[in-house]
Amino acid sequence: MLAIRLEKLNDLDEWRGKARRLLAAGMEPSQIVWRTGSDENGLFEGGDEMLPTPDGPVGTVPRQFMELAAGVIQHSDPERFARLYRVLWRLQKDHQLLSNAGDSDNTDLARMASAVRRDAHKMKAFVRFRSLFEGETERFIAWFEPDHYVLEATASFFARRFAGMNWGIVTPYASAWWDTENLSFGPGGRKSDVPAEDAVEDDWKTYYASIFNPARLKVSMMKSEMPVKYWRNLPEAENIAPLIRNAKAMEQDMIERAATQPPAHHMRREARKPEPQQIQEITSLAEAREAVQSCHRCPLYEHATQAVFGEGPEHAEVMFVGEQPGDQEDLAGKPFIGPAGQVLDEFIEKVGIDRKRVYVTNAVKHFKFEPRGKRRIHQRPDGGEVQACKFWLNLEVEYVKPKVIVALGATAAQSLLGKASVTIGKMRGAPIKMEDGTVLFITNHPSYLLRIPDAEGKARERAKFEADLVMVREAIAALEKTP
Amino acid sequence: MVALTLTRKLAILADAAKYDASCASSGSEKRNSAGTKGIGSTEGSGICHSYAPDGRCISLLKLLLTNFCIYDCAYCINRSSSNVQRARFSVDEVVQLTLDFYRRNYIEGLFLSSGIIKSPDHTMEEMVRVARTLREVHLFQGYIHLKVIPNASPELLAEAGRWADRLSTNIELPTDTALEHFAPEKRPAEIRTAMARLRGKLDEAKPEGKPKAKPQKFAPAGQSTQMIIGADAANDSAILTRAAGLYSGYNLKRVYYSAFSPIPDASSKLPLRPPPLMREHRLYQADWLIRFYGFDVPEIVQGGENGDLDLAIDPKLAWALKQRQSFPVDVNRADREMLLRVPGLGINAVDRIIRSRRHHRLTLADVARMTASIDKVRPFIVTGDWSPGGAIDDQRLRQKLTPQPKQLSLF
Ligand code: SF4
Repeated sequence: MLAIRLEKLNDLDEWRGKARRLLAAGMEPSQIVWRTGSDENGLFEGGDEMLPTPDGPVGTVPRQFMELAAGVIQHSDPERFARLYRVLWRLQKDHQLLSNAGDSDNTDLARMASAVRRDAHKMKAFVRFRSLFEGETERFIAWFEPDHYVLEATASFFARRFAGMNWGIVTPYASAWWDTENLSFGPGGRKSDVPAEDAVEDDWKTYYASIFNPARLKVSMMKSEMPVKYWRNLPEAENIAPLIRNAKAMEQDMIERAATQPPAHHMRREARKPEPQQIQEITSLAEAREAVQSCHRCPLYEHATQAVFGEGPEHAEVMFVGEQPGDQEDLAGKPFIGPAGQVLDEFIEKVGIDRKRVYVTNAVKHFKFEPRGKRRIHQRPDGGEVQACKFWLNLEVEYVKPKVIVALGATAAQSLLGKASVTIGKMRGAPIKMEDGTVLFITNHPSYLLRIPDAEGKARERAKFEADLVMVREAIAALEKTP
Repeated sequence: MVALTLTRKLAILADAAKYDASCASSGSEKRNSAGTKGIGSTEGSGICHSYAPDGRCISLLKLLLTNFCIYDCAYCINRSSSNVQRARFSVDEVVQLTLDFYRRNYIEGLFLSSGIIKSPDHTMEEMVRVARTLREVHLFQGYIHLKVIPNASPELLAEAGRWADRLSTNIELPTDTALEHFAPEKRPAEIRTAMARLRGKLDEAKPEGKPKAKPQKFAPAGQSTQMIIGADAANDSAILTRAAGLYSGYNLKRVYYSAFSPIPDASSKLPLRPPPLMREHRLYQADWLIRFYGFDVPEIVQGGENGDLDLAIDPKLAWALKQRQSFPVDVNRADREMLLRVPGLGINAVDRIIRSRRHHRLTLADVARMTASIDKVRPFIVTGDWSPGGAIDDQRLRQKLTPQPKQLSLF
C-alpha cells in the first residue's frame, strides 16, 4: 500500500503531478490510498517520496478526460482521487473507454461531474452578499455552504460579474476575496464571520412576497428548483411558509372581491372622453387611408401586421394594381417595396413612364399567409376576400381618378373586372374600355417574372411585360394630346 | 397625500408586475464587467436566483415604473377603473433598487414595464431613461428587459433597443376581437406594427452580409410577447395560430402564455376563477412542438377536441393516439422527423438513437437507456427484438398512458 497525500482538496494540477509519478512507477490503482488534510496514514503505508519524477510524457489521455477530471476533483466524495486514477489507469489500455456508456467507472465520473456543475450553478444563484462598511470602503461578504469544493473554480465568475465591487465569499472549507483587481483565496470560516444582516434585505423580502401570485401555488416545483437545504442562507426563505399558508385565502379574496365603484379620477377621464366616433362616411383619400386600418370586412386583418394602402400622388394619371402586400410590404406598411416592387420600378423606368405620375396599390390590402417556422408563405386571396376589399380599391379609383389602370396579375384583373376568373394570356396586349371611361390594361404580376426558372422563358416573359408597359406609356401620351 | 415609502412603492409596483409571465434572462450576448469599474454580466445565461412558492423563478427585478394608467383594459389590475393603490417610482429609485439588489446577487437584472401615463411617448421615454442611466452612469452590464409601449415613437423604440437586452410588446389576447372588447384603447394593428418595427431593427443589427461598418447593437436577446389565456373565449387552436403567425412574422424568441389569474377588484367582464394552469402548461408543450419538432398547428389541435388541446395527456401523445396508423415506428430505420413524433422521445434521445444505430441495431433495452421512461415509448416503436403487436390498436392504450392524478400536497 502506498499512501499519497494531497495538500489541496480540489487541485487538478497537484493530483495530476502525483498521478503521473504513480503511472511512471507502474503503480496499480489497488495499491494506492489517497489522503488529504488531516487524514492519518495507516500503519503499513509508505509515502510517495520514492516515486520517480518523469520528465517526459508517461502516457496519453483524451482531452475529454481532463475536462471531466477538472469537475470531478471538486466533488466531496473522498473516493474521487482513487476513481480518477482508476479511470486514468484503464485509459492507458482502452482509449475508447470514455465512449462506453455502460461502464460503471465512466458513469460514476459523469454523475460526479454533473453534481459539481449543478452545485456551482446553485452557488452562482444562491450566494447572498451583505454589505459592510470599513471606513469609507463598502465591502460585500457572503456565507455559502456548497455541497462540493466548488468555490475556487466558481470564484472567477463572481470576479467577472462584480468587477467594480469589493467582495468576499466564505465557505466552511475556504474563502475567496476580490479587491476589484485581484482574486485571492484564504481559509474557510463560519457563518458568524459575515455580517448578520443587510439594510436592503427587507426590501428584497418585500419584493419576494409581492411578486408571488397566490393563485398559482406550486410548492413542489419551487422545492425542486430551490432545494430546502439552501433555504437556511436565503433571507427571503423565511417568507415562504406564511406565503403558502395564506395563499388560498388570498386567492379566494381576489375571486370574491368583485369590481367596486371606479375611482374618481377614472370617472373624470371618462367624462372628458369624446363620444366614440361613428364610422363617418369617407369623403377623401386621406380618410380612406385612415379608415382602412380598422377594416374588418374579411378575416385577413387579424393576422397581417397592418393594412397596406396605395401610395402615389393624389391625382395620378396611372394606377398599378397588384394582388396583395407581401411579407416586406406588410412589415413596412408600404406597397411594392419588396422584390416584385423592384422589378416593377425597373420596367417603369425602362419604358419611360414618369414614376411621379404613378399610383401603386393592391386589390387586397392585408397580407394573406401561412406561417411556416420563421417564414410566412404567401397565400392567394380567395374570391370573397377580393370582393370584400374591392370597397377600398373602388374608393382609391374614385378619389385618384386615374385615366389608365394597369392590373398586374389575375387577382387584380378579377377585382377590377368583377369576374370570377381571368386568363391573362387572352386579355393582355390590348386596352379595355371601362364603363367610367378609364382604360384598363392587363398584364402579369412582376413576381411572376421572378419565378421563371429558365433564362430563355424569363427573357421572353420580360419582353412581353415590357411591351405591355410600352402600351401603357403610349396610352398616357395619347391622353395628353386629347384634352 | 402622504408620500409612500420606497418599500411601500416596491410592494405595490412589484405586485402590479406579477401577472406578466416573461421572466427569462437568457439568450443575450456575453458580457461582463471585468476591467470596468461597473458591475454586471450576462454570461451565466438563465440563472434563477430564487423561486416563489408559485414555482416561478425570480431572475429579474420585475417592476412597473408606475401603476397609474390612462387605459382601461379589463384584464389588467392597473386599469384606470381599478381601485388598487397607486404608486410611481422615480427613474433614480428604480436605478438604485436594481443596483442594490444586483450587488447582493439577488437578481440577474431588471424587467421594467409601466402603466401608461400622460402619453405613450412620455412613458416609454421614462423607461428608456432608467435603462440609459444604468448603462451610461453606472456602467451596468447586467440584463435589461424593457416592455414596449406599442404606439411610442420609432425613435424611442430604437433607443430602447440600444440599452436593453430584450424588448417585448404584449399581444395581450389571442384574437383582435377579444382585444377590442377588453382593451378598447389598444389597437391590435399598432401592437403588431411595433413588433414589425422591432423585427426590422433586429434584422439590421444582425452582423450578416458584407462586413461593412459594424451594425449598431439592438436588443441582442431579441423580442418576445405575452398572451393571456382563458380571459376570453378563444380556443387553443386560435391561440396557437396566433402564436405561429407571430413567430413567423416577427422572429420572436418566445411567446409567453399566461393563464388569466383573478385580480383584485376585477372587472365584471371577466371569469373569476382560478387560473387554468394545466391549459397553460399544455400550450407551452404545444408551442415547443411547433418550434422544435416540426408540428404545425392543425396537427397539434387534431390531438384534442373542438380546437382545444387534451388536458389529460401531453399534446404529442394525444396526437399519436389519434394517428395510430402512423405507428409503430422502426427506430432502426425511421428518419429523424418521424422519430421526433414518437411520444416519449425528445430531441436528445432521437439524436442519440441516430448516432448509435450507425454502429449496431438497437434493441428495446438500448432505447430504454436513452429515454426517461420507456413505458410511454414502447407501444409506438419497433426494435430488433421488440414489436408492440396489437398494442397500438388497444382501445385502452390511452387510459394506460394517462398519468394517474396525484394528490397534491399543500406543503
Ligand atoms: S383584406 Fe381588405 S377587406 Fe379584408 S380586412 Fe383587409 S382591408 Fe378589409
